[in-house]
Amino acid sequence: MSKEEYPLKKVCVICAKGSIEDVYATLVMANGAVMEGIEAKVFFTFFGLDAITKKQMKKLHTGTVGNPAMRMPGGLQFPTMLGGLPGVEAGVSAMMRKQMDQLDIPPVDEFLEMITAGGGEIYACKLAMDMFKLTTDDLWEDISGVLTIGDFYSKCGGQNTQIIFT
Amino acid sequence: MAQVEIANKMVDVNDEGYLTNPEQWDKEIAATIAAELNIELTDKHFEVIDYLREKYAADETLTIRKVGKSGIVDIKGLYKLFPGGPLKFGTKIAGLPKPVSCV
Repeated sequence: MSKEEYPLKKVCVICAKGSIEDVYATLVMANGAVMEGIEAKVFFTFFGLDAITKKQMKKLHTGTVGNPAMRMPGGLQFPTMLGGLPGVEAGVSAMMRKQMDQLDIPPVDEFLEMITAGGGEIYACKLAMDMFKLTTDDLWEDISGVLTIGDFYSKCGGQNTQIIFT
Repeated sequence: MAQVEIANKMVDVNDEGYLTNPEQWDKEIAATIAAELNIELTDKHFEVIDYLREKYAADETLTIRKVGKSGIVDIKGLYKLFPGGPLKFGTKIAGLPKPVSCV
């Protein structure tokens, strides 16, 4: 008997966090979908809004405190106390962005452009925008809209669709 | 590895239909693979294909971003040329292995 396959048709990603790794996980998954001909829709909410806020999107950070997987170059454990010193988080984050650039992973704004160029859609959460007192003028220009979570769900219907929360 | 006949030539392909030896590629083969993907090749397609083959020969990683910066076509245009998978279809038509790339 042959096994029937149901290839993925649509991926909906919800990003609620604003660290480099959470935002890039979202962007890579959305872009990867578009590259494979899979429809992609992304909903940025809470701190995830930083990824589409003009003022913040170019300077996302990664947390250097409370991350047991954080290591020094060379593999030594990264002491939590060191992570709390002024400037360390910024330095580590800059280093991560540089490494990503070497792998041809684009900056956030360019990544968003790549996703929308392939037909992907980027949405902002209305509730979170109200909470952080943001207006559409504060956001990256090419978002497809500001939605409630209900509106977003209504776009996530259909067979072979998955919702991913990062 | 299997051998199949494309455009009256025997070529080596993998199980996804990608040529495993770029040397065996020519423009008729490209057109035949493209037709299977419902793509009709234009000069612009060949500019992209030549670019991909050139970069592959130079042992560079192929990414959509790189093609977008090549000056040949922007990323939006690239998706129009190869709908549903610019890199996976572009390389297939160009007779190259499918790139191991997430960007």
